[in-house]
Amino acid sequence: MEPLLTIQGPEAALFWFLAPLSVIAALGMLLVKKAVHSALLLAWVMITLAIFYIAQDAVFLGVVQIIVYTGAVMMLFLFILMLVGVDSSDSLTETITGLRPIAITAALGFGGLLVSLLGRATLGREAVGLAEANAAGNVQGLAALLFSKYVWPFEVVSALLITAAIGAMVLAHHQRTNARPTQREQAVKRFRSGSLAGAAGLPGPGVFARHNAVDVPALLPDGTPAPSSISATLKARGDVIDSGQFQLDNVDTTVAEEK
Amino acid sequence: MATNSGLVYLIALPLFGAISLLLLGRRADKWGHLLATALSAGSFAVGLFQLSEMLGRETEARPVTQKLFTWISVGSFNVDASLLLDQLSICFVLLITGVGTLIHIYSISYMSHDPDRRRFFAYLNLFIASMLLLVLGDSYLNLYVGWEGVGLASYLLIGFWNKKPAYATASKKAFVMNRIGDMGLSFAIMIAFASLGTVSFSGVKEKAEFASEATMTAIGIMLLIAAVGKSAQFPLQAWLGDAMAGPTPVSALIHAATMVTAGVYLIVRSNFVFDAAPNAQLLVVIVGAITLLFGAIIGTAKDDIKKALAASTMSQIGYMVLGAGLGPAGYAYAIMHLITHGFFKAGMFLGAGSVMHGMNDEVNMRKYGGLRKFMPITFVTFGLGYLAIIGVPPFAGYFSKDKIIETALNAGGAKGIILGSITLLGAAITAFYMTRLMILTFTSPKRWDDNQHPHESPALMWIPMSLLAIGSVASGYLLYRGEALKHWLEPLFEKHGEHTELLPPIVVSGLALLMVAIGVSIAVIKYQLSDIDAVAPENVSIFTRAARRDLLQDDANEALFMRPGQALTSALVKVDERVVDGTVRGIGQMAVGSGTALRKSQTGFVRSYAMLILIGAAALIAAIWVVTQ
Amino acid sequence: MDINNYLYLSAILFTIGAVGVVVRRNAIVVFMCIELMLNAGNLALVTFSRINGTLDGQVVAFFTMVVAACEVVVGLAIIVTIYRSRRSASIDDASLLKR
Repeated sequence: MEPLLTIQGPEAALFWFLAPLSVIAALGMLLVKKAVHSALLLAWVMITLAIFYIAQDAVFLGVVQIIVYTGAVMMLFLFILMLVGVDSSDSLTETITGLRPIAITAALGFGGLLVSLLGRATLGREAVGLAEANAAGNVQGLAALLFSKYVWPFEVVSALLITAAIGAMVLAHHQRTNARPTQREQAVKRFRSGSLAGAAGLPGPGVFARHNAVDVPALLPDGTPAPSSISATLKARGDVIDSGQFQLDNVDTTVAEEK
Repeated sequence: MATNSGLVYLIALPLFGAISLLLLGRRADKWGHLLATALSAGSFAVGLFQLSEMLGRETEARPVTQKLFTWISVGSFNVDASLLLDQLSICFVLLITGVGTLIHIYSISYMSHDPDRRRFFAYLNLFIASMLLLVLGDSYLNLYVGWEGVGLASYLLIGFWNKKPAYATASKKAFVMNRIGDMGLSFAIMIAFASLGTVSFSGVKEKAEFASEATMTAIGIMLLIAAVGKSAQFPLQAWLGDAMAGPTPVSALIHAATMVTAGVYLIVRSNFVFDAAPNAQLLVVIVGAITLLFGAIIGTAKDDIKKALAASTMSQIGYMVLGAGLGPAGYAYAIMHLITHGFFKAGMFLGAGSVMHGMNDEVNMRKYGGLRKFMPITFVTFGLGYLAIIGVPPFAGYFSKDKIIETALNAGGAKGIILGSITLLGAAITAFYMTRLMILTFTSPKRWDDNQHPHESPALMWIPMSLLAIGSVASGYLLYRGEALKHWLEPLFEKHGEHTELLPPIVVSGLALLMVAIGVSIAVIKYQLSDIDAVAPENVSIFTRAARRDLLQDDANEALFMRPGQALTSALVKVDERVVDGTVRGIGQMAVGSGTALRKSQTGFVRSYAMLILIGAAALIAAIWVVTQ
Repeated sequence: MDINNYLYLSAILFTIGAVGVVVRRNAIVVFMCIELMLNAGNLALVTFSRINGTLDGQVVAFFTMVVAACEVVVGLAIIVTIYRSRRSASIDDASLLKR
């Protein structure tokens, strides 16, 4: 009997090319240290899967896979990674004794048995292929099913989606326990606390500064401090810092990486 | 048997009173006692109406019944909650409601200063209702409900002033000792049900002749135990003296006139059982004879006026039980003595209450004396009751007690002579202790302190006393005249053959009067003609000492039941602690131990749980793999 | 080529995801592994759809994607909340269940 579905050369070639790559990427996900790398590898696996969907006449799902997963979900992952700290990497040494060998054994058993089961399983008939079902187009076919046979699950799932969105908002919402300090209060606090070193505020981003400028005299072109650049009050209080340490000769330009 | 739908009102009226007074609470404080008294009187009126109707019917048609509802219906076993009013019940109905109403009236005044008067009247009504149910029930099971009801009312009323621990203990004692009797009654019911298949009076009566004597003896003995418990007969007599802790009207109504006579009612009502079981009947006579002397002897030594009267009650009920144990010849006389006793003993208790009322609740007779001048009405009414109880003609006790003595003497053979002697001796002792009581209270020189101001009681108290005194005078003759009560009750009992008379009635009466005269004379010599100490003398004979201690009844109970009971309890406690608790605790520790062991597998790490899920999934796949091989 | 190869691939990816859930400690990576398992399942569903010649399998895969999206949203929100209070994204730190 002529099999209805045969997988022709190009698709087989595509499979044998992409399948090993996706498995390698998945394994890499397990083994790399940094979460960001894991995320990128996962994105790659998802793209190969999208290609497989399209190759298997599931065009709509393939596109959705790329838009929703690689587009939205993976971005969300990366976004959270940024939030939590992109540098956070866990050491791959195991802390729970004996977990890893047991897990790998169990997984090998599980996967091996599953593959062997699949190999043994017979459908009793040949694979059909989607040529007939997709006759009017894949999207139209899915839509016909989704809005007739599966309309109830569809509505339920939409309710679930809304619930999840609200749930996430509730979880992520942070309630202030005290009033937000005004600028005036922040300024008063800066001046009242200890030394006046922080009175001018922290330096802006991108500025290499070792100290606030208010209590440090400006340097004249010849490198000597300019006393007139310091407030008389600070001088009277003795809060002036010697600027000699900031002269170019004295500055240690090999900046140690700050942790 | 004819039905009559009016019987239920007898019970319903006082029951309504009890329920409404208890439920309305303080709102009914102002008028509760009036309602209770009116309802009791209403019940009495219904009783009188029923009597008049009954008198108008033929002898055979006199009993009437009323079915209230089907109570138990299990297969062939059916018990209806129904009432039976026959010649015997009507006597009790009138006694209970009549004396009960008088005592209600008396209590209005007697309890007027008590803040809980409404509750007291609610209990009194509850008692009246339960007692009526007891005598109106047409089966042992219905009777049992009333039996427990009066037990409850008695418990509540003895412990009415339960703020005093001694009084609360007294009520508990009465309750516990009554329980033993109640157990007897429930056993009797169970035996009747198991062997005869019925618990109604008519059903048991029908089957009595076919049943074996052993069965009837068993039922009879169990009924006797019930009667012994409720009527304070030997050996369950110890609670009655302590029951005097209750207010005096309670002692008059419950512990003299009505409830304690329920045992006599039970024996007479069950005449067919005892007629079929001679051995049980003999036991009844023995119990009656022992109690008769027991109570009389205690009565001679008591200085507490109420306890002396209680001992006398015990002894007089002994007479009744003895009479009831003499078979068909004695039933009617037992009931007759019961009724006359109801009048004169209730009257004397009310008199004692009146004396206490005038003497600041002093109960010690040695602190009385010479009260005749201060309480003339009490003295006269009490005196009439006194003449009735010792059996002076033509007062009530003469007729009823003489008939019991006569019947006892005529019982035949040695039994007759022994019983006759005991009853005669009892009569003498009765005369002695009652005369002693009269002398100590009323006629001897005064021994009370000057801060006592004895005075006559108000009209609400002495009117009931007077009415009861009239009963003490007249009831005996009225019931005896032409053997009126005997013929009235005759249809209920087996006919009995004529006895050979050991002695002619006139000689018996003469003998009895002689004994009474001896008793009175001794008392007069010992108390009226010699000085009396205000404090009980200590250097007395061992017999007096024993009598003062109630003939060691409490000591006997303690030695025989309480101490072994305590030992048993403590042994059981040890078993409970070591074996039962040990098992339970062991199971608990086992659970804790296994929990502690299992807890170690619960690391709290999500990843280890996830791994277990993975292992489980692998096992599942492996199972499928094996199954689909 | 046998169409079963897609199913084998699906099984392998699923297993790798399962191992990742157990072995990795960074909560975000654990989450990614769960996503991998879901995707493996989806691949199987799509393949089954093709074998049976009906689109039902694709519809179910579509639903799976929606549910997965929900799960990611809520799960990441939980991670953020935990991180906010504990300054840690390691799931071993949240082991209070044993107490």
